[in-house]
Amino acid sequence: MSPLQQDLAIAAVKVVAIFGVLLTLFAVMTWVERRALAFMQFRLGPNRTGPFGLLQPMADGIKLFFKEEVMPAGAVKWIFLAAPAVAVITAFLSIAVVPYGKPFRAFGREITLQIADLDVGLLYIFAVSSLGVYGVVMAGWAANNKYTLLGGLRASAQMFSYELALGLSWVGVIMLAGSFRIQEIVAAQAGGLHHWNAVQQLLAFIIYMTAATAEVSRTPFDLPEGETELVAGFHTEYSSMRFALMQMAEYVNMITVAALGTNLFLGGWLSPFPSLIPDSTLWFLAKLVILLFGFIWLRGTLPRLRYDQLMSFGWKVLVPLAVVNILVTAGVLAYLGGGR
Amino acid sequence: MSGALAQPALILSLLLFTLGVVGVFLRRNVITVFMCVELMLNAVNLAFVAFSRQMGTLDGQVLVFFVMTVAAAEAAVGLAIIIAIHRHQDTLDLDAFNLLKW
Amino acid sequence: MIDTVVFYLFAALAVGSALVVVGQRNAMYSAFALIVTLGSLSAIFGLLGSPFIAALQVVVYAGAIMVLFLFVLMLLNVKREDSDATQSPGLRGAAILLGGALAFQVGVVLWGYRVTAPAGFDASTVQVARELFSARFLYVFEATSILILAALVGAVVLARRER
Repeated sequence: MSPLQQDLAIAAVKVVAIFGVLLTLFAVMTWVERRALAFMQFRLGPNRTGPFGLLQPMADGIKLFFKEEVMPAGAVKWIFLAAPAVAVITAFLSIAVVPYGKPFRAFGREITLQIADLDVGLLYIFAVSSLGVYGVVMAGWAANNKYTLLGGLRASAQMFSYELALGLSWVGVIMLAGSFRIQEIVAAQAGGLHHWNAVQQLLAFIIYMTAATAEVSRTPFDLPEGETELVAGFHTEYSSMRFALMQMAEYVNMITVAALGTNLFLGGWLSPFPSLIPDSTLWFLAKLVILLFGFIWLRGTLPRLRYDQLMSFGWKVLVPLAVVNILVTAGVLAYLGGGR
Repeated sequence: MSGALAQPALILSLLLFTLGVVGVFLRRNVITVFMCVELMLNAVNLAFVAFSRQMGTLDGQVLVFFVMTVAAAEAAVGLAIIIAIHRHQDTLDLDAFNLLKW
Repeated sequence: MIDTVVFYLFAALAVGSALVVVGQRNAMYSAFALIVTLGSLSAIFGLLGSPFIAALQVVVYAGAIMVLFLFVLMLLNVKREDSDATQSPGLRGAAILLGGALAFQVGVVLWGYRVTAPAGFDASTVQVARELFSARFLYVFEATSILILAALVGAVVLARRER
């Protein structure tokens, strides 16, 4: 096999593997969320379909598959159909540059546990999440329904406002690592717990988690799809598999921002005690699970923010704080003679 | 990244620029005209990047950065003006914006 | 070899969607076609050795400016069948003729333009950033940021509803 064919084969295997893992994780997440939320709210959650309700995602999937697909009269047909596709495509695209383990040698070549090791990895994620706004905008507008239009506009305004704070929170991390490549950012956190960016860039970490929660429209920022506001927001008119696609897009986005947070701030697959326990992908998974559970915990604890509170918080609090973080990081680096 | 792509990229830039020019002439909806102007700006960006590739320097890319920034500022202000005019005229037809015509 | 194929693919996509931008009567479809054009141009930027500008094109142009366009189009509730047809065919013919003349003139110049390009060239982000903050461009950089601030304030003031 020529090197090009080898590359393509390895990439294909990685893509299939990550696809499979993401879909499984999506199904498991829906179950975990419903059970965990239920326990937090002092009730039981799904416990009838299978042991401990474990077959509930499968039941949901079968139900959604057999529902009738409704398209509202006067809806713009192609854009209505394209919107869930755009949402899901951008959600899956952004996971392509997130690594989940150390590179290893096999078949005489180095294989990175990452589909595409771009030099501009973080910029790529920023770009793809900017495109994710279109899924929401198209869904809101194409349904020919003034409530979904309003919901779509609000959701997209929320998304790109918090994207700004999200991107600014990364700048401190990029300055410390000196590169946009996520592999190098993880490598720059080697050497124990005190080198992790969550410790060295605590403010950026907090800003990142807040902005990420808003970016994927989770509580307390889930006004776009809050079930008691605007009916169901921008995806009101979607039923059956299209609705399932929009839900999948949301969960995959959540997994992506959690995985990215793990890599950027919590050291990825690095062990907190490098001398005792070696680095491995299991550490990555453990940290990912902690962050995902954090998202569910937030949902069970905090009330929803009103739209104007949400927007003013994003612009008047998060963005200035992120800029202050950048200035302080740059100042300290210049003082220490970083010279990157 | 073969350097031989820079030549076809310049031809593509010319095509897009011409399409933008023709669009500005032909269209009457002011937002569509604005979009054709953005198309022209992008064609120019492509030309800059193609030249940067041919010369092997970074000047072109830096200039593209500035062109993009200015285009963003211009889009924001232009759309705000369009919204303000729409409040008065309630139409987006360019021929209706003729109050200043002598 | 594969570079050339991908380039022509994206070039065809760019020209096709640019034709839709110029020709489509519904402004919303023009906007979506422009997004496709910007995306394919971003891919071509990547092929021409500037990944930073490629990512920036998607973030700034396709991800922010076009969202602005879509917002305005939705808020102003552009009628779907916007009639663009009440223009004399003479004017249309003249416009297309002038466009063709422009293309011909510049095309003649480009046809004879040959510069040998260096074989490998891939500008990393750090290089571009270093160039941006160098003595040549630092002043322009700061002036541009003030320009953006002025545009921000101007846009807010212009679009505000008068009380």
